Amino acid sequence: MSTLITRVRQRQIAQHIEKGKRLDGRGLNEYREIKIEQGLIEKAEGSARVRLGKTEVLVGTKIELGEPFPDTPNEGVQTVNAELVPLASSTFEPGPPDEDSIELARIVDRGIRESKAIDTAKLCVEPGKKVFVVFIDVYVLNHDGNLIDASALAAVAALKNTKMRNYEVENGEVKFLTGYSPLPMRSSPITVTLGKIGDALIADPWLEEEQVMDARISMAVNENGNICAIQKGGSGYFTPQQILTAAKIAKEKAAELRKTLGW
Amino acid sequence: MNEKIEKLIDKKGLRLDGRKPDELRPIKLEVGVLPNADGSAYIEHGKNKILAAVFGPREMHPKHLTLPDRMAIRCRYHMAPFSVQERKSPAPSRREIELSKVIREALEPAVFVEYYPRVGIDVFIEVLQADGGTRCASITAASLALADAGIPMRDLVVACAAGKADDCVVLDLNDAEDKLGVADVPVAYMPSLNAVTLLQMDGILTQDEFERAFNLALEGCKKIYAMQKEALRTKYLQVKEVEE
Repeated sequence: MSTLITRVRQRQIAQHIEKGKRLDGRGLNEYREIKIEQGLIEKAEGSARVRLGKTEVLVGTKIELGEPFPDTPNEGVQTVNAELVPLASSTFEPGPPDEDSIELARIVDRGIRESKAIDTAKLCVEPGKKVFVVFIDVYVLNHDGNLIDASALAAVAALKNTKMRNYEVENGEVKFLTGYSPLPMRSSPITVTLGKIGDALIADPWLEEEQVMDARISMAVNENGNICAIQKGGSGYFTPQQILTAAKIAKEKAAELRKTLGW
Repeated sequence: MNEKIEKLIDKKGLRLDGRKPDELRPIKLEVGVLPNADGSAYIEHGKNKILAAVFGPREMHPKHLTLPDRMAIRCRYHMAPFSVQERKSPAPSRREIELSKVIREALEPAVFVEYYPRVGIDVFIEVLQADGGTRCASITAASLALADAGIPMRDLVVACAAGKADDCVVLDLNDAEDKLGVADVPVAYMPSLNAVTLLQMDGILTQDEFERAFNLALEGCKKIYAMQKEALRTKYLQVKEVEE
């Protein structure tokens, strides 16, 4: 997921961050402007578009009947898929999902799954046989850095926007009724990604900063300020102290974003 | 299998396999186990049985994967179909693709990649039996295989998980604790450099619990690090004896 960036520019970015500044004028822990629109795809059960600066991600949800996993016979199923479609960046190529899109999907999936955001117990129709499957498809429309946070936000926003057709069960068969109900939700996790440039941690790295950073760390945080998923990425490292600092920053930023978004 | 497990920690504070909360499973490490590989290692960590092999430095195929300024590292983490309770399809799953990526990124900071432009190394990991914590055991073995292949490294990478089972923060989760526990925090670490190269987590932990689990995992890493060095010494002292 890398584009070319000159050494001069790389140095410029790193030097600014050493002084506690960023080239786009943001503070080290400051996010770009976030815009969320919900329900723009009428045919999807739920949808949301998130703009994080110039990064743009669209998520659509679909709900279908399917089989539960054998180890969780009483629970509905959640699946996340991510597409880095070629129109989003000159570095994306068409074809089956590569490791970047699989990692992105799995980070988004883990944030939702581990925070128990979807009340999957309420999606069971017939234990062991029939449950509702929630498909969450992440569609990256413009890549300008920090796809993880934008996708995680868009996924939760889409789930909050998701409605299910009312139904009743008759002899094991699902009969759909008129009207819709919201998808049963229990939590709205917020994922905060920090990049490491030199010894500094920066929130919401944008594309050029991603080219310079050694490593990133993403943490999903729930309403209670608890961490429910973590992923370190990139070929650099963090010191243990930086990890603990990152956990504190993630908690603060998640609370702050939650307040702004009204989640 | 599949009997209901209600409690992971008993009244005495011991775990299902009789361990204390801060106790590691038995670990066996062996270096240089595969004659055809440039470097290899075998690990038994609890019931995990994992082979790691390194090939290279060598020319990259396909060539377009070559990097002009550093060595390319390719990593494949793969589970044998018979390594788990229900047969696993041998085709790489999404989980395996993600783990291959995070394992590569855990090993890369240790290697002096900048000294080897335009060549590559392959790290192949085969999980023969899985018992919770395979990614950590794989990293521990793979870094030994890299050292065995003579790849210049800043430090060995060692990995260990900690987590929460019932109400207790525990070290080195086994299969049952991994599946039924509250949270799992795998950590890879370079002890001499004090650098964390892999960190993942799933489950719910408070800040305090996370801090305790993370620190516990680092302690576990340091213990395994000593075993890693011993395993390398064991092999290379033997080589010396034969030469003499």
